[in-house]
Amino acid sequence: MHYNFNFGLIWQHFDRLSGGLLLSLELSVAAILIATLLGLALAIAHVSGGARVRAPIAFYVECIRNIPLLLLVYLVFYGIPSIVNLQYSAVTSFIVTLSLYYAAYLVEVFRAGLLAVPRGLLDAGRAIGLTAPQRLGYVRLPVMLRIVLPSLSNTFVSLFKDTSIASVLAVPELTYGAQWINNNTFRVIEVYIIVTPMYVVTGYVILWALRQFERRLAVR
Amino acid sequence: MSSLEILLRALPSLWSGLVVTLEVSALSVGCALVAGLLFGTALLYGPLPLRLPVRTVVDVVRGIPVLVLIFFVYYVGPAAGLDLGSFAAAVLALSLFSACQVAEITRGAVASVHHGQMEAARAIGLTFRQRLLWVIFPQATRRFLPPWINGVTDTVKGSALVSLVGIVDLMLAIQQVIGRTYRPMPFYIVGAIIYILINYSLSSASRHLEARFAYVRD
Amino acid sequence: MGDALVRIAAVGKSFGTTRVLDGVDLDVNRGEVVTIIGPSGSGKTTLLRCVNALETYDEGSVRIDGVEVGFRDDRRRPRRDRDLSRIRAATGMVFQLFYLFPHLTAAENVMLGLRRVRRMTKQAARERALHWLDRVGLADRAGNLPSQLSGGQQQRVGIARAVAMDPKVLLLDEITSALDPELVGEVLAVVRSLADEGMTMLVVTHEMQFAREVSDRVAFMDAGRIVVQGDPETVLRSPRSERLRAFMSRVSHVSSPGVG
Repeated sequence: MHYNFNFGLIWQHFDRLSGGLLLSLELSVAAILIATLLGLALAIAHVSGGARVRAPIAFYVECIRNIPLLLLVYLVFYGIPSIVNLQYSAVTSFIVTLSLYYAAYLVEVFRAGLLAVPRGLLDAGRAIGLTAPQRLGYVRLPVMLRIVLPSLSNTFVSLFKDTSIASVLAVPELTYGAQWINNNTFRVIEVYIIVTPMYVVTGYVILWALRQFERRLAVR
Repeated sequence: MSSLEILLRALPSLWSGLVVTLEVSALSVGCALVAGLLFGTALLYGPLPLRLPVRTVVDVVRGIPVLVLIFFVYYVGPAAGLDLGSFAAAVLALSLFSACQVAEITRGAVASVHHGQMEAARAIGLTFRQRLLWVIFPQATRRFLPPWINGVTDTVKGSALVSLVGIVDLMLAIQQVIGRTYRPMPFYIVGAIIYILINYSLSSASRHLEARFAYVRD
Repeated sequence: MGDALVRIAAVGKSFGTTRVLDGVDLDVNRGEVVTIIGPSGSGKTTLLRCVNALETYDEGSVRIDGVEVGFRDDRRRPRRDRDLSRIRAATGMVFQLFYLFPHLTAAENVMLGLRRVRRMTKQAARERALHWLDRVGLADRAGNLPSQLSGGQQQRVGIARAVAMDPKVLLLDEITSALDPELVGEVLAVVRSLADEGMTMLVVTHEMQFAREVSDRVAFMDAGRIVVQGDPETVLRSPRSERLRAFMSRVSHVSSPGVG
């Protein structure tokens, strides 16, 4: 194998990678917040509502979960402005897309969590006179969040990895930075030797942080 | 030209793209199943010198985005002097990613078979091979199939990324058609419908299987 | 017999073709402890849960201090959530499986109803909660989560949670059935002391000794009806009903050693 390793070129352009990682994290945080709020709202609606509420939510979830994220990214960025008079940046478009995509996954996670709350706890809430909205806020949601925290952690890490798709819209996140270096220096092995641990370690840090949070909740 | 005419004209391109998507997916699923079962077995029963490297590879591959893996495999070949061809490179990357997922599913399925089953099997005198074959694997299989089918839908969705290394799958075919017709939305919708049809049937099969196996209680 | 605090009259409930409650009449007077015993499936837990509207009933009437629990008017339309909240705040229930809120400490478990339903201030709620936790012997565990407490301790917190709301009547649903035998005593001691102070209680239990010693009246339920009721001595010492005799001979094989 004739390959001359040259890491120097990578370090020269390292700001594209470090800046890219930062942008990936920013995209992740924004999408996580929106997806969680949306997914939670839809899950509560699905569990409490009648068939007329459940059907459109189920439809949305099934459609989104069965298509590639890439397709949805293109659809939102190129498709929608072609039929509606809206303009938005690639970053905005991607955050909206990623949020919509993961909200669909989170609806299922939260739904399962809400249904897993023991019925007896809700009875205990009724017995002390809590109204339905009070039971939701003081009993159902807190208990549900503790139940779903492990699944939630894994979903968040997946979301972080999927920020790599933003590179197709020329959003300068980590994968775009790696490809820029690859295309301009041809140091493909070196750049991915650097970028791989950047993704892997960040993923582990996210999991670790959430596990700490989980432990805090369990002990107080 | 009416919308319908444009759509009909595009059908041949979309069709060949769909065929490529199905080819890529099927090949990747097949290779991933074989490799994944091997990796999974190595993780469960292999000696430490085998388990460690496999564990590392699986953890690293699962820790990076699929897209990164595809780019790496696609570009590293020519750079290192090996030329696989873009189709083979893409399938290799996708297979590797899915194989690591299958390895984890295998590990989970076998580990979830109750410890007591192994003990009971040992107690009636079955050898290790017999225990695996007649007691563990049959029970592990029903815990393997539903998540594996979910993994297959992930592979089909992941196959869309090969469009970014020039393989003319359904995704790239759609992009090309849009490039010719300047009508993005209808074709994105058509593409979405096709992917939904494929994946929804797969996940229905998975749910059906889960229901069938539900009578067995843990 | 003045106006009974809890008046259950001709209550009936069907579940499909099964008659879960079949014409039950029972009064609980202020300060009385009434115990319901009977085989599983007799409907005693269902009846108890009708009193605080955790179950609905099809026929008859359940009134607390004259107020109909299950329906809001003569047309028997179901009660609204708000009204149910008020009715339930006036009753206290302790559950067989405790159902303490796992994410809240013992004190917070007791305080939740005080703050959100009785609308007390955090300070006032905390004082009251600590008072009742002390009363059940758990003042030093106020800051512990349920997962850090034994079964008997959790159940005592459950009692404190119910009683702190100052209910008119306390509903106890087999509160010792899920406890290890050595933990039953501490719970029954608390209940006995509450009874001594005049708390009105409707109790469903398997603890015959307890029924004998603490109740003012015992009712035996079978197949959705009250077969026999009266004072504990008469009903339990010399059962005249055939079914009651059969039930008691079955239970005497499994009852726990002397309590108290």
